[in-house]
Amino acid sequence: MWVFLATEVMFFGGLFTAYVLYRNFYFPAFEAGSRLLDIKIGAFNTAVLLCSSLTMALAVRAAQLGKKRFLITFLLLTLLLGATFVAVKFGLEWRHDYLEGFAPGANWTFHGPDWRHVELFFCFYFFLTGVHALHMLIGIGILTVLIVMAVRGRFSPERYNAIEVSGLYWHFVDIVWIFLYPLLYLIGGRY
Amino acid sequence: MSGHIVSKKLYILIFAALIALTALTTGVAYVDLGKWNTVAALAIALAKASLVTLFFMHLRWSSGLMRMVLVAAFVWFAILVTLTLADEFTRQWTPVPSSWEAQIQQTVR
Amino acid sequence: MATAAVETEIESRVHYLNASYGIKSWLLTTDHKRIALLYLVSITVFFFVGGSAAVLMRLNLITPEGALLEPATYNKLFSMHGIIMVFFFLIPSIPAVLGNFLVPMMIGARDLAFPRINLLSWYVFMAGGLLTLYAVISGGVDTGWTFYTPLSTTYANTSVISAALGVFITGFSSILTGLNFVVTIHKMRAPGMTWFRMPLFLWAMYATSLIQILGTPVLAISLTLVALERILHVGVFDPAVGGDPVLFQHLFWFYSHPAVYIMILPSMGVISELVTAFSKKRIFGYSFIAFSSVAIAVISFLVWGHHMFVAGQSIYAGLVFSLLSFAVAIPSAIKVFNWAATLYKGSVSYDAPMLYALGFVGLFTMGGLTGLFLAALAVDVHVHGTYFVVAHFHYIMVGGAVMGYLGGIHYWWPKISGRLYPEGWARLSAAILFIGFNLTFFPQYVLGYLGMPRRYAVYPPEFQVLNVMSSAGASILGVGYLIPLVYLVWSMRYGKIAGPNPWGATGLEWQTPSPPPTENFEETPVVTEEAYAYGSEETQVA
Repeated sequence: MWVFLATEVMFFGGLFTAYVLYRNFYFPAFEAGSRLLDIKIGAFNTAVLLCSSLTMALAVRAAQLGKKRFLITFLLLTLLLGATFVAVKFGLEWRHDYLEGFAPGANWTFHGPDWRHVELFFCFYFFLTGVHALHMLIGIGILTVLIVMAVRGRFSPERYNAIEVSGLYWHFVDIVWIFLYPLLYLIGGRY
Repeated sequence: MSGHIVSKKLYILIFAALIALTALTTGVAYVDLGKWNTVAALAIALAKASLVTLFFMHLRWSSGLMRMVLVAAFVWFAILVTLTLADEFTRQWTPVPSSWEAQIQQTVR
Repeated sequence: MATAAVETEIESRVHYLNASYGIKSWLLTTDHKRIALLYLVSITVFFFVGGSAAVLMRLNLITPEGALLEPATYNKLFSMHGIIMVFFFLIPSIPAVLGNFLVPMMIGARDLAFPRINLLSWYVFMAGGLLTLYAVISGGVDTGWTFYTPLSTTYANTSVISAALGVFITGFSSILTGLNFVVTIHKMRAPGMTWFRMPLFLWAMYATSLIQILGTPVLAISLTLVALERILHVGVFDPAVGGDPVLFQHLFWFYSHPAVYIMILPSMGVISELVTAFSKKRIFGYSFIAFSSVAIAVISFLVWGHHMFVAGQSIYAGLVFSLLSFAVAIPSAIKVFNWAATLYKGSVSYDAPMLYALGFVGLFTMGGLTGLFLAALAVDVHVHGTYFVVAHFHYIMVGGAVMGYLGGIHYWWPKISGRLYPEGWARLSAAILFIGFNLTFFPQYVLGYLGMPRRYAVYPPEFQVLNVMSSAGASILGVGYLIPLVYLVWSMRYGKIAGPNPWGATGLEWQTPSPPPTENFEETPVVTEEAYAYGSEETQVA
């Protein structure tokens, strides 16, 4: 799984490279775009994901100790927190941006100064958070499978590799968001 | 598989630190530090990522090989970013013999 | 022993080919050897599809006016030729066929670390391949296999998205195979097989897997960005909106340059095996070759800008990339010298695999040296985008990678099929290939140097003679590829039965019967000797 995560680092890395480049060229526009995002929702979502990492780590621990009830509980909590994140992202943030006319390609109505570069910012915003959300959805799928397997008693202190490996994946997706949050929401100072 | 069982207390402590750092980075965004804002944000993000990697992902108790894998991934990402930006940022640096300067000033770039 | 008795012995023995019958047992197999054969069939089909595109191109280029095809059609053909040959033939060829078959056997394991992921790999490959074939049928792609923006994002009206997504999907197959090999080589070596007792083919596969793992994701992201821009018309690469088309080239070549090393490193690994086996001598400079494989893998990631010297890249970046590109030639040269030193005073036999290996060494050297010409910034300014580049990479990829692939297929054919191929025909086709290849591609060096651009359906009349020579060579090359197809298939039924070690070679794979049983080894072998211990009793022909 660590090797697979290395490939994910490179995958997101390509996107980050492009983002860093354009942010450097068009800093004012990116700042303006960043201010249009809701920092409170971003911070909330960050907290949700960090919480889910905690519950995931506790789930792995429960598996190591053979505590089936705790394992299922923590896996469920992780899944719920992950689902909350995705729901907030799609249902609140994306919907809001679309309705306000900040959705490149779909509904773009902002025509303030330097609007083309602001559109570029939103392009990256949607793509970065979209790919991240896709990884979250995959993670939620994996968690569902794990919960079913756990209910059926497939895990024990000697057999919990799947949980640990899925935990690694989940934490990685969290780490991507740890970087996305400041890069997308906090560029434009709110001062 | 690390096999190492971590105490609940440690996990919760790390979680608290992560939340604190998130609050910090959000708070710093409201203060004008000029270009240091970005540096601070990235530094805090790096700290958070390290906490998750070392403790939640058990890297602290894992073999050297796993750490090499992670280091390699970041080194490679660094290669991609560095050389790409090296090109993009030095495009305007074309060396020009000094006798051409005057001619260049007159032409529209 | 009478052939009939041996035949019955073969038929009564259970091995991986007859262990179970029926299409389900093949399509749901987790046996790495069967998966290797699934890949073998798939990539052979893709090879001939890509090859037909080349045939049409060369036919068109017989006349300066390009009488056979419309330029738009020609553009689609060279694009499809590139895409299919690179992504669906060359990149999987040795790793997915020979690698899948041999890696577990060479390390003394029963299978790869993740057999089901291995099967998934093949299905992902096929899915991507089918999507790309759909792109071919639904109008083709005319951007070249390089998908340069802004043509691919804004101006092309062909099936760019399907082709890009097809390649994107197949990239995952490459990543999963690489992942499998890395874990297998780290974790599943037989007792006593230290890193420095591994056959050099495994070092090559390991280095290749590193490239696959670290590079392919960036290709994935660059193709996804192209598809996104085409669909949503946002301006990531569009200068009108502030985007930078050269950024695409950075992201694309960050993968695609190491990708060419994915294509050549395994071939070099095969050559290391062939050179020792057919000179019956220890390899000269084992650790140098082993380390040079890894060095090539690492340095290959630092040179991608040499594809962009004239694309608007900054001169300073160009200088850095040029210097590093010279550096990447050094480990390759080390290998060539070591192979030559291995041959020296060896007891050389000229069986077909050895002919391919010798051809490789010569042709790869030529291709590599011309690569150095291209690495020199000043020279590249003149020959970039000409047939010189085309000749260079075909010398490496066809004269190098494909020769290595065919040499390996012939060498391990007895192990894979349990039969010997007809040696006379094999030597003949190796010779035909060598002649046809040189006739096809050497004139292209001259053409490029004289200034004929690549990817053009028409050309000035003064280039006709060389183009006709090239097309004539291509027809001979085509024959050279068809003959092995025929006799290899023939040999599966009518070839002489092969023993476990027809070449008298070292290596754990030769300690098993031909074809091997599904689990490869009755008991896990224990390794006590270095990799190429020629001269000891085990290495007698059996």
